Amino acid sequence: MNIVRKQQGTIDRREFVKNLIEACPDALVITGLGSPSYDVFAAGDRDQNFYLWGAMGGAAAMALGLAIAQPNKSVLVITGDGEQLMGMGSLASIGAQKPKNLTIVTLDNGHYAETGMQMSHTSLGTDLSAVALACNLDWALTITDPSDLNKIALHVNQRNSCGLANVLIQAHEYPKALPPRDGVYIKNRFRNALGFEPF
Amino acid sequence: MDVKEQSLLHPWKDEIFSLFKSSGIRQVAYVPDAGHAQVIRQIHADSEMRGIPVTTEEEGVAAVCGAWLGGDKAALLMQSSGVGNCVNMFSVINNCRFPFFTLVTMRGEWAEFNQWQTPMGRATQEAFEMMGINVLRADRPESVADVVGAGLDAAFLGGDAVAVLLSQSLIGRKKWDVK
Repeated sequence: MNIVRKQQGTIDRREFVKNLIEACPDALVITGLGSPSYDVFAAGDRDQNFYLWGAMGGAAAMALGLAIAQPNKSVLVITGDGEQLMGMGSLASIGAQKPKNLTIVTLDNGHYAETGMQMSHTSLGTDLSAVALACNLDWALTITDPSDLNKIALHVNQRNSCGLANVLIQAHEYPKALPPRDGVYIKNRFRNALGFEPF
Repeated sequence: MDVKEQSLLHPWKDEIFSLFKSSGIRQVAYVPDAGHAQVIRQIHADSEMRGIPVTTEEEGVAAVCGAWLGGDKAALLMQSSGVGNCVNMFSVINNCRFPFFTLVTMRGEWAEFNQWQTPMGRATQEAFEMMGINVLRADRPESVADVVGAGLDAAFLGGDAVAVLLSQSLIGRKKWDVK
């Protein structure tokens, strides 16, 4: 196998996610399954969070539908390298629509943390930022310094572009912080926060 | 063939578009199929609707659920071969009880020339049903509007997950210009 980088990220995922959400207090957040869902929940539960516990590869595509439906709200995907790799085609679909209010943050540790830290394709040659640019997103950043969080937050809050920030995090496994698993509950709670009633 | 010419041939395709309009569908995700081509053109020509080409059908499942999270009604258009691509993603619909409406043009069931379409065509209804999605079928031109309308109401008034299959016999034979 073509092992390009086993691990080069140094950013603390929990701290980074907590600071990012604090810097984007009004964003609608969709999380990819596994550790990103735990990170976002650990930062503080919010009605405007939609946690995926499955549907691997679906976070960015779900955010696309949401961003088109809510053009005056910032939509922020927080997912992992493995989840985004499974939905790589959705970056092409997003690049075709270019919603002005969509930001994807991939927490990239180059590994599948949930299943025993097997290497993902970002350890084996794939550069998610380069993929995002090739898919016609407006911008892409590779984040190696936690203070660059402000650049992401600016894009999220300005709502004038769509882009992807690949954040190189440590391959460190935190204790799991478990968000609600009841999909009907989180869906209705999320919609209620936007003023929509259940059936 | 332009839109007008096709409309004369298949008035039920205009009826599908009209039903999307009257049901308040705002987003339509699709992987193209010749049977959907007319509706897709009409969607892109309509200022109140957003056509969203997706690279694989499962993206469309996630996208229409995201649309509903944000208050938009959305539909997914695909061919029967795409249904197999969606199976795990259908879990979102089931777990979160999202209203869901998809329109599927069938292959592999009637005068099929390309047998590579047949295995998934034959398994299409079962694939939906095993994931808890209610399947309706339109076989005749005069039944399309009724069946599509019933599916849209069940999804967006009743919150159900519905797939409407458009029979291959309805769409007609694909012309193979074999040299």
